[in-house]
Amino acid sequence: MTRGIPDVRATEGRAPDVFSRDGWVPMRSHRDGEDVDFAIVGTGAGGGVMAAKLAEAGFSVVAFDAGPFFRPLADFASEEREQDKLYWTDERISDGRDPIELGSNNSGRAVGGSTVHFQMVALRFRPEWFLARSALGYGRDWPVDWREMWRAYDEVEDALKIAGPVRYPWGPRRGRYPYRPHEVNASGLVLARGAEALGVGWAPCPIATLSAPRGRAPPCVYRGFCKIGCSTNAKQSILNTYIPRALAAGAEVRDLAMVARIETDASGRATGLHYHRGGEWRFQQTRNVVVAGYSIETPRLLLNSAGPAHRHGLANAEGLVGRELMVHVNDAVWGTMEDEIRWYKGPPSMAVTEHWNYEDRKDFHGGYAIMSQGPLPTDFATSMVGNLGAFGMDLRRRMAGYNHMAGLKIVGEVMPDPENRVTLSDETDALGLPVPRITFGYGENDRAIGRHARGFMSEMLRAAGATDLFETTGTAHLMGGCPMGFSPQDSVVDADGRAWSCDNLWICDGSVMPTGGGVNPSLTIMANSARIGHRIRALAARGELARAA
Amino acid sequence: MTDAPRPYPGYDVLAKWDTPSWDAITREVVAHRLDRVPERRFFEPAEWETLAALCDTVLPQPDRERPIPLAPFVDAAMAEDRTTGTRWAALPTMREAWRRGLAAIDAEARAVYGRRFHALPADARESLLRAIDDEDVRAPEWRDLPPRRLFRHVLANEIVRIYYAHPDAWSEIGFGGPASPRGYVRLSANRRDAWEADLERPKRRSERRK
Ligand SMILES: Cc1cc2nc3c(=O)[nH]c(=O)nc-3n(C[C@H](O)[C@H](O)[C@H](O)COP(=O)(O)OP(=O)(O)OC[C@H]3O[C@@H](n4cnc5c(N)ncnc54)[C@H](O)[C@@H]3O)c2cc1C
Ligand code: SF4
Repeated sequence: MTRGIPDVRATEGRAPDVFSRDGWVPMRSHRDGEDVDFAIVGTGAGGGVMAAKLAEAGFSVVAFDAGPFFRPLADFASEEREQDKLYWTDERISDGRDPIELGSNNSGRAVGGSTVHFQMVALRFRPEWFLARSALGYGRDWPVDWREMWRAYDEVEDALKIAGPVRYPWGPRRGRYPYRPHEVNASGLVLARGAEALGVGWAPCPIATLSAPRGRAPPCVYRGFCKIGCSTNAKQSILNTYIPRALAAGAEVRDLAMVARIETDASGRATGLHYHRGGEWRFQQTRNVVVAGYSIETPRLLLNSAGPAHRHGLANAEGLVGRELMVHVNDAVWGTMEDEIRWYKGPPSMAVTEHWNYEDRKDFHGGYAIMSQGPLPTDFATSMVGNLGAFGMDLRRRMAGYNHMAGLKIVGEVMPDPENRVTLSDETDALGLPVPRITFGYGENDRAIGRHARGFMSEMLRAAGATDLFETTGTAHLMGGCPMGFSPQDSVVDADGRAWSCDNLWICDGSVMPTGGGVNPSLTIMANSARIGHRIRALAARGELARAA
Repeated sequence: MTDAPRPYPGYDVLAKWDTPSWDAITREVVAHRLDRVPERRFFEPAEWETLAALCDTVLPQPDRERPIPLAPFVDAAMAEDRTTGTRWAALPTMREAWRRGLAAIDAEARAVYGRRFHALPADARESLLRAIDDEDVRAPEWRDLPPRRLFRHVLANEIVRIYYAHPDAWSEIGFGGPASPRGYVRLSANRRDAWEADLERPKRRSERRK
């Protein structure tokens, strides 16, 4: 590593200008002893949106992130190993029947969170999924009306200028996407051919990268390194959309600031945050705390924040914190094409079929979306090592076919299961904080989804002309861990993201998702956070930020 | 052992070094990778012998005059405690997993062949690793080390990540390499931009065509 992780940057009244190589923007700054309106933990999909929404509503906001504040133009190399600096790489213990890969697979650590290296696929939930239990008979219902979520999707799609088709083939009619679709690359057209041969629909995938210039951000140049950070700013991550908005509206962002514990008083209300920054422990006072550290760090922080009125961890009276952790089934099928595909050109997933999300005649619950693929070399090579045990000349020969490969991969729904969970282990990390243990195992329905999808994708690929097919299995994304629901008995937070047992504690990240759906989660996390932001504003206007006893 | 693949003879991804396809930070990072091969800091000399032989078995490079350095970067990752973020519950911490893993491979070689791992010929090393991957092991060192999990997800994973992050490996597989700020315009099959190397078509393609 040469550059690695920069030092603290957002300090002394200024923050990095993410559209420049070395510039700054002014930033409002607060003292630790100042009672700010909101202290937000995490600045990713959930926390970044919330920082902007609350600052724009006129609240004083300090947003903390354990990760650094990058300027993509100067800091992001076109090199996979260097870019490991974007991930949460502290060791976390992965346990259970089907232990999941962490780190680069699902956890970012930077201002902007995991969206800094996400693949930009921007799909909405199917409306019925918000009533999965009552309308479709599985999982849980969301305590939120789907139309409210759809209005929030409109808002965040516009904020990210999602590029997508004029008419999206699945779900209720919706307006056109803010920006026109990208040209579908060769890898995406393999999916299209397979879908057409099998008689299912497909579409250019709606993605969060610009198809036309926007302010100081240029359109996508199809370099294909999106998953290790976009060095041109075409990618619309939280880092270059909601964070600049939050700063402009008066929010303070503290980079390289790891929050260790939420302090609560005898009545059980949150009073501030203990955090580590610049080599020392500090304490920020606040009237409200919003937690958005994603599905492992959010439960970890709450479990590590026991107080006089929260003996078993904050908001954990019912023992629900950390439970119902979900992932997505991320199984794939790969094959060799006669054509030279060069799947590294363009964003990795430029075509999608949501057929099996909207088709209910099938023998499993939930659904899955299939996307075209374009993994970078080490990513593809390690998946062959992990799945096939390929090594030696065999691996080198397989990799020699890289430019002729095509692949299809799913994002498949995993059922919420209370036994899949985050707990604290006996070990501690470098800051002395308990290391989290993640326990995960697939259920029968989850396996059925993987089987069905691998069979269907094999047919698609064969129909598209691929030979020498092979399958890989894996997981992607994290959801759940602090579900939102209808009562203190079934959930950690209510529909407003407010903890049932602590009225000035809010959660607005992927951990509150009661179900995972068959699509990538970030758009739903952002929409839900925007929605919660509106609710907080409305509650404040009515003088109800403190819940009536 | 089969021959090394050479689908793109004559292609050198570094030829784009001074073009708009490479930005300053990428040049800096790749130059560092090429010029500054780290010294051994973490592993003991005996461990190093096993490590070097392991790297050479996971990714043999008999075709290269100057092989891509692998062991030095594994050692550097250990010295810097550069973890991946996943500690499989069945395994110890990263550094310990490597130390004990190398010892177990060496012990397995002694148990099966009566010689240390690095002293074995290439095909014996390869079949030993296959057996380890199949969990067909004898040495007591494996008692609480799951062989496949350790081999695939820790040892081979890291070595392969180092190999395919090297420009020589990019050239080998015909990967376009760094592409910022200039990316690509032509995205359809069998098309390439003027600034993409005019690669010789892979052999298999022309063979198939006839
Ligand atoms: C490789 C990859 C590809 C992906 N591709 C897609 C995609 O194409 N489409 C899609 O919709 N989704 C995708 N995702 C998933 C998406 O990025 C995440 O679901 C989403 O970002 C999660 O949002 P979040 O706010 O819950 O957490 P994050 O975005 O991860 O943000 C959490 C932030 O909190 C910080 N934090 C955590 N704990 C603390 C603490 N105690 N103190 C201070 N800071 C803390 C972290 O540093 C981090 O920055 C992808 C993810 C990965 C890893
Ligand atoms: S393909 Fe587009 S979004 Fe992806 S890294 Fe390149 S410029 Fe950024």
